[in-house]
Amino acid sequence: MRTEIHISALRKQYGAVTALDGLDLDVGEGELFGLLGPNGAGKTTTVGILTTRVRATSGEAIVAGKNVITEPVAARAQIGVVPQQPNPDLQLTVRENLVFHATYHGIPRAEASRRADALLERLGIADKGGAKAQTLSGGQKQRMMIARALTHEPRVLFLDEPTVGLDPQGRHGVWEILNDLRKQGRTIVMTTHYMEEADQLCDRVAIMDKGKLLALDRPAALRAQAPGETIIDVTLDRPFDGELPALNGITRAEVRGPVLRAYAPSPATGIPAILGFAESRGYTVRDIHLSRPSLETLFISLTGRKLA
Amino acid sequence: MTARILGSLLLRDAVVARRDIVGIMIRTMLQPLLFTFVFGKLLISMGMFPKAYATMIIPGIAGLSLTTSAIWAVAMPLIADFGFTKEIEDRLLAPVPIEVIAIEKLFAGILQGAMTAMVVLPLARLIIGPIPGLTLQKLPLLVLMIVLSGGVFSALGLFLGTAMQPQHISLMMQIIFAPMIMFGCTYYPWRGLDHFPVLKYLVLINPLVYVSEGLRAALTPTVPHMPMPVIFAALIAITSLLLWLGMRGFRKRSIS
Repeated sequence: MRTEIHISALRKQYGAVTALDGLDLDVGEGELFGLLGPNGAGKTTTVGILTTRVRATSGEAIVAGKNVITEPVAARAQIGVVPQQPNPDLQLTVRENLVFHATYHGIPRAEASRRADALLERLGIADKGGAKAQTLSGGQKQRMMIARALTHEPRVLFLDEPTVGLDPQGRHGVWEILNDLRKQGRTIVMTTHYMEEADQLCDRVAIMDKGKLLALDRPAALRAQAPGETIIDVTLDRPFDGELPALNGITRAEVRGPVLRAYAPSPATGIPAILGFAESRGYTVRDIHLSRPSLETLFISLTGRKLA
Repeated sequence: MTARILGSLLLRDAVVARRDIVGIMIRTMLQPLLFTFVFGKLLISMGMFPKAYATMIIPGIAGLSLTTSAIWAVAMPLIADFGFTKEIEDRLLAPVPIEVIAIEKLFAGILQGAMTAMVVLPLARLIIGPIPGLTLQKLPLLVLMIVLSGGVFSALGLFLGTAMQPQHISLMMQIIFAPMIMFGCTYYPWRGLDHFPVLKYLVLINPLVYVSEGLRAALTPTVPHMPMPVIFAALIAITSLLLWLGMRGFRKRSIS
């Protein structure tokens, strides 16, 4: 696989704040690559540098063969950007947004119109072509932003938190589009703080926190690195009172009011053990919830913090 | 390629301006035309002002609407774009040096200013009636003055548009525009300030002074005005300074 994005020792300092602290990263051609991390992890700064809108303090970043720091103009010709905050041209219609965007990239008007129509069709908003952007729903607006970013057929597409603020339907719509784009072999870099999103969509995921890369692999491989225990939360009818003894099939357990949280190597032995114990003490179990080893549990084990 | 992209950026602004044509005309022309009517027609007809006053104010009126138009065309969209809509971000991703995006705004400002002057001048002439001493004989000078005037105020618009926050717009109107218009030699010639020597030289920092005086030289050459070399030199110097400040601000707001 050819390297489409190469980042080495990339740093960004905003005054006393270090937003990026020596990031090294390679993204292959045709990959759907996820940058995962909480707010302030440095994801948006990374995308900002790769899309020439943020000046790196030091380090190197190459996108589609162009050095974004020394040849930003050439780099911009190769990239499409869907920003965190949709920023359509509000004075123009949806279709005009696409057509003008293409002409800003030097594409002749007739060809720009043809591409705009094809993209509106492909992204399922052909009926909205004549509408003003602010009349669109969140999901439609995001489709429009993706369509616009594709009109000049960039080699690399960047999406910063593409599903934030969308309802489940809108979110799945965007996922479908991204899956389609991946199948066509376009290199895609997206940031997200949704575990599920990174897990389901991305070929590889970089977990970032405080401007540093913590882990980088395929989602399945990352999940395998997560602490191997299932978390069993058992909700009782009243707060638990007393000490928890050692139980067979449970590595450790803690009391959180009426909730008993047990860490078990296997749910098959852990669940009967914790349920049996609660009932033996005269409690009624109201609810039981399992958390499988996931990117979320990995993130907690890497940083000690929850993701969002 | 860069020229073609510049063209499409200009076309975008033209499409947007056409949609807002009524708003643009009201913002840039209403006040000067009302002023024309009151001072150039009513007060002269009442005998309170001499007839020659019409000759004196017509270049000032043209200059005022031209410069207001140019400054609005550049500063307001930039304040909104960088402040909250972020619309310009899409254009900042065009494969051209980001200065091209700023230069396009300057072109848009000059064009809009020129168009305003071309509408206001005939309308003012219509309101006032025949104006003694008004001539179009010096057309090349008039065109040059319109371009230079649009240029200096577009550059001011670029500077203000990148330096101002949206919440400061009304303050900007009061602190910058009101004195600039009052002390811009629009309603009186610079020579008229002979009795106020301090003010006479203080107003020289105001680019509108050179716009008014230069348009006077072009439109009503019989009215006393500053020598043209002084006007050109001052306009070029002020434009250069504002361009430097404006470009610096534009870069700062575009790339963090």
